[in-house]
Amino acid sequence: MMIELINVNVYYGIIHALKGISFHIDEGEIVTIIGANGAGKTTTLKAISGIQRIKSGSIMFNGKDISKSSATDIVGLGISHVPEGRRIFSNMTVMENLEMGAFLRKDKAEIKKDFNKVFELFPRLLERKNQLAGTLSGGEQQMLAIGRGLMSKPKLLLLDEPSMGLAPIVVKEIFEIIKDINKEGTTILLVEQNANMALQTADRAYIIRNGEIDIEGRAEDLLKDETVRKAYLGG
Amino acid sequence: MNTNLFRRRNILSLFIIVFLYIAVQLMSNLGIIDSYIMLNLIIIGINIILAVSLNLITGFTGQFSLGHAAFMSIGAYASAIATTKLEQPFIVGILMAAVSAAVAGVIIGIPTLRLKGDYLAIATLGFGEIVRIIGLNVDYVGGATGLNDIPQYTNWTWIYFMVIATVLIIKNFINSYHGRACIAIKEDEIAAEAMGVNTTYYKVLAFTIGALFAGIAGALYANYFYFIKPDSFGFMKSIDILVIVVFGGMGSILGSIAGAVVLSIISAFLQSIPELRMVVYAVILFLIMVYRPNGLLGKFDLKDLKLFRKGGKVNAGIKGE
Repeated sequence: MMIELINVNVYYGIIHALKGISFHIDEGEIVTIIGANGAGKTTTLKAISGIQRIKSGSIMFNGKDISKSSATDIVGLGISHVPEGRRIFSNMTVMENLEMGAFLRKDKAEIKKDFNKVFELFPRLLERKNQLAGTLSGGEQQMLAIGRGLMSKPKLLLLDEPSMGLAPIVVKEIFEIIKDINKEGTTILLVEQNANMALQTADRAYIIRNGEIDIEGRAEDLLKDETVRKAYLGG
Repeated sequence: MNTNLFRRRNILSLFIIVFLYIAVQLMSNLGIIDSYIMLNLIIIGINIILAVSLNLITGFTGQFSLGHAAFMSIGAYASAIATTKLEQPFIVGILMAAVSAAVAGVIIGIPTLRLKGDYLAIATLGFGEIVRIIGLNVDYVGGATGLNDIPQYTNWTWIYFMVIATVLIIKNFINSYHGRACIAIKEDEIAAEAMGVNTTYYKVLAFTIGALFAGIAGALYANYFYFIKPDSFGFMKSIDILVIVVFGGMGSILGSIAGAVVLSIISAFLQSIPELRMVVYAVILFLIMVYRPNGLLGKFDLKDLKLFRKGGKVNAGIKGE
């Protein structure tokens, strides 16, 4: 088991956002968390990456409890969070954005290799490497956000709604790349509202409702599951 | 990287820096620059230091501070005490000013920089008032009448080289690895955090460096005008500095320098009608916001001047589609 959440509780003030969430991800998997707006998907990712403090429970990453570690330390351990809504640094160039992704790394030669890897995955970023990130299209910005996330050389990549606001064809492209990234050895936790796409891409899935894990199972089984189809896939 | 120091451009900028210094010094000795012009040059210099240091906090790191005059005040009092009461040389006064303002920056920064936007502005505003009121009530520093008979050590040489030092240090900080982290925080704090940037650390760092230079500006001020009082460093002074930064362009050092020069000159012309000063400021700000919302120079900065551009940038070529 690469990462395991055990009974994690998160509160926003008096609002109980995550009600004792437990799940795990094995090395090499793509796991997706799907669910409606406000179910706690983003909060789960924030809790893992240390941006949101948890109230109780534990988050074990490769056998180490990271629930009290700072966001900086967690990035250093090998978890990279690609936040919802892309959140690229729009007044920096594409290259500078990628450099920020490698902020904690000191191995300059390796960083250079990883630039090239990112450019291989996203050739369009290479074409635009000196362009201000804010001038990129939505799809390119999402590619940049993922590329930036990869620059910290993560063992586990957390993706928060990579399909948000993108045209279907671009979504398809992005999900293909997500599979490629996974094939090259990065474990992926994917949070999505686009349940159909997410279930087609992932190995396993958890469906989250009101801060609790509602259903879990293999992605392909859930795709066929009658209740899941009705509730999340539009019949 | 070290070889860059001796590049032609660097030698050229060094030459210009030295030339400007000698030229003004000579003209001052010959009486072409009289004491009134010198007074304004000193004010411009102090304003440049204040604006550039606030720009680091507000323009580059994105932390909206309304308490910059308080750091200046702390520096002014520290230097005044060092040079007057303890009879130390000016350099000791400047060092004390820098250290005490920086320490205040850390102490205030750690709790307040958890706040964002308006809340941070209000907290720093409160801090400025606290400093002023402490000054008013401590007899050792003269209370409301302030400190008198501070030796006048500040001259063209001090001002000039302190301005150069401030600009160079802050420019290099911004272009460094750490500076990039500060800019990332301004751009998107959550994303910066997700990249592993220790946001609290860098916010406090920027705040402290900014405070340190404001303290130096305070020392230069105190040791030029003979006397200081708490009310000289009130809320309006903080606003004055902020106006320079916004006027010149948030996130442009060159803009802050230009803003300090332009606004100091305007303010000198309006000396005889002080009631008009704030009105004119308001009109200027209004015009800037309408016609140049990014400030006088916007994003144009030192690095865009040929003179300061580093040789052989790899970024040539690839452009657009």
